[in-house]
Amino acid sequence: MSDLLAARSQMAVSLAFHIVFAMVGIAMPVLMVVAERRWQVTGQDVYLELARRWAKGTAILFAVGAVSGTVLSFELGLLWPEFMRFAGPIIGMPFSLEGFAFFTEAIFLGVYLYGWERISRRAHLAAGVLVAVSGGLSGIFVVIANAWMNTPTGFELVAGRAVNVDPLAAMANPAALPQAVHMALAAYAATGLGVAGIHAFLLLKDPSNAFHRRALVIALLVGGPAAVLQPVAGDFAARHVARHQPTKLAAAEALFETTAPAPLVLGGWPDVAARRTRGAIEIPYGLSLLAFHDPRAEVKGLDVVPRDEWPNVPIVHFAFQLMVALGTYMALVALWAGWRGWRGKDLAHDRRLMRALALATPMGFIATEAGWVVTEVGRQPWVIYGVLKTADAVTPMPGLIVPFLTFTLLYCFLGAIVSWLLYRQIIRSPRVTE
Amino acid sequence: MSLAELVAGIIVVALNAYALLGGADFGGGVWDLLARGPRRERQRHLIAEAIGPVWEANHVWLILAIVLLFTCFPPAFARLGTLLHIPLSLVLIGIVLRGSAFTFWRYGGGAGGGHGSETERHWGVVFAIASLITPLLLGTTVGSIASGALGEGGRGKGEGFFQVYVGPWLTPFALSVGVFALIAFAFLAAVYLTLEAQERELQEDFRRRALGAGVALFFAALAALLLSQRWAPRVREALIFAPWAVPLHLLTAATAVTALAALWRRRWRVARVAAATQVSLILWGWALAQYPYVLPPDLPVEAAAAPAVTLRLVLAALALGALVLLPSLYYLLRIFKSRQPSEVP
Repeated sequence: MSDLLAARSQMAVSLAFHIVFAMVGIAMPVLMVVAERRWQVTGQDVYLELARRWAKGTAILFAVGAVSGTVLSFELGLLWPEFMRFAGPIIGMPFSLEGFAFFTEAIFLGVYLYGWERISRRAHLAAGVLVAVSGGLSGIFVVIANAWMNTPTGFELVAGRAVNVDPLAAMANPAALPQAVHMALAAYAATGLGVAGIHAFLLLKDPSNAFHRRALVIALLVGGPAAVLQPVAGDFAARHVARHQPTKLAAAEALFETTAPAPLVLGGWPDVAARRTRGAIEIPYGLSLLAFHDPRAEVKGLDVVPRDEWPNVPIVHFAFQLMVALGTYMALVALWAGWRGWRGKDLAHDRRLMRALALATPMGFIATEAGWVVTEVGRQPWVIYGVLKTADAVTPMPGLIVPFLTFTLLYCFLGAIVSWLLYRQIIRSPRVTE
Repeated sequence: MSLAELVAGIIVVALNAYALLGGADFGGGVWDLLARGPRRERQRHLIAEAIGPVWEANHVWLILAIVLLFTCFPPAFARLGTLLHIPLSLVLIGIVLRGSAFTFWRYGGGAGGGHGSETERHWGVVFAIASLITPLLLGTTVGSIASGALGEGGRGKGEGFFQVYVGPWLTPFALSVGVFALIAFAFLAAVYLTLEAQERELQEDFRRRALGAGVALFFAALAALLLSQRWAPRVREALIFAPWAVPLHLLTAATAVTALAALWRRRWRVARVAAATQVSLILWGWALAQYPYVLPPDLPVEAAAAPAVTLRLVLAALALGALVLLPSLYYLLRIFKSRQPSEVP
């Protein structure tokens, strides 16, 4: 394994690990605040129990998210010192703002978790709301920094150096809005449907347990709308990628030649040497329609850049297909649950719906990981698209396989413990009859 | 004062806050590991109570310092990340283990909570050991910076893996600063815990520990000073001959004596203020001694600084952030640090 590949792998493992906890840290506070508010309005103790248990889960996941986020902020320098030397002054701004949002989140999470008996009910709920708001903001700021790597703005490149730096223009880079919306919805959809799925699974055995029934409704109310909106946001993001990062879209769609009109390629295995995709289903005009909302539009293929500037096409294509498939399933299940709920049906006794929801539990997280593979691997060989190559940003330190393996083991160990702790929390859920 | 100096000063403020708050949490881990005697479990319980609500918030000061460093002094950040890859990676592993072990230890017991079970003790040990390693290596990092070993255009101490990536920090002086940081954090924690404890016996336990750590701190400082002669001559020179040096040392000595005397006479609040001032003065002494360099001997603040527009925007963001942050922090500390500890949630 080369040092560059080891550094990329360590960054990939660190990000993949952190993203799960970051998403839960963004969306879980919304669930616990809604449950607490329901308790304050209805006076039903089952809601208080729910809020407290969700808060406990949030505490565990937030702690792991905080430390893994710290690791990432250091790793920017430990693995990519040349990237930070170039990019620090340009995109440090969203990181600074993220720092404050995260600070606010940490403070009010402390108030929320430990303050049940110490502050008024109203103040306690307000602390929860602040956790939810600042969690969402901190996620958005970090995604803005990433978006800049995809569509860098706010500087001029003169002899390899950035001059006329404008950090605000960098924050307002074209990819910022589509990426931030897509990621925020992903956090609420994945966490909401993830929690709903767990409770749906438990309701299959015990459909009249009020604890799970209440939990299911709240989780669906948070996750469902996000899951339904996500394909729209995804379309927005994809059309944007088609314009600003044509090679990424070409890799995602395994489109080797620039084509007009371009078909949508479903499945298949991209044969990079032969420049064609084997065993795929092609829908005529599909890609032109999706990417430009025009059936005759020309879509740029990988042939617009030299071969050594292609990303890994099979990985990006597969990850993209996986993300779209899972996202579609989640949107459909959310619509189904919404329809049944709107018609006034008892969701918990609909066994087919409960099974479909239980199946969706991990999907949002897998889809998000796949989406990040698309955007990160799809940008290669660039770390800053069109400006700085990943190979030129890596640290000169040799032997990077050692930290890569060390952090991978550490995260496997932590992941196993967190799963076990959450499993113990979940199987201890109470029996509450209506 | 230039913009760059202002930001550099704010980074030192963030590090100072991290030392006083996050440092004390590390120190709590040390006393957890060293818990002895008939009140062992009560000592551990008190430490967990004191740390719990402020844990995450205290930790963010370090992130703030790092973010400011890479935004405003990117060449310094790149050099630190490259040459101190090994100790900083170990610090990260310590931070990960410490943060997660603490939370697992607290919440791992399921619905009932309750300290003292086997599993929880395992977490306690991980937490405590991580609490030893992390401050030791953070201090070593500071020692390495102060000794000027990260200079020569960022090539470390010459050619070869050991010279570049190990030599700059594996020196007696850098390690002595690591030991000093560890003892300073333990000292702070013990002093704070005398105030947190509601029972007289526990107060006495931590009073003895604070006095012991305070005396040990003096010897650790002496050792670092002696070693600096050979390993960090520039910083040593500034610490002895700069115009501010003598007043600073007199003030530090006065706070150290005040802290110990206050502990002796059981004036806990006075001891807390004096101990925190003492540690802060030492930190600022380091910062002043290496001024005007971010990384001595060849990377000055001005040369390492980002473009002025970035600095101005960051300062504006800091001002805005402080408007949100300071009242929030005050609120947090007022709720949890001015009254009786409550039940574990």
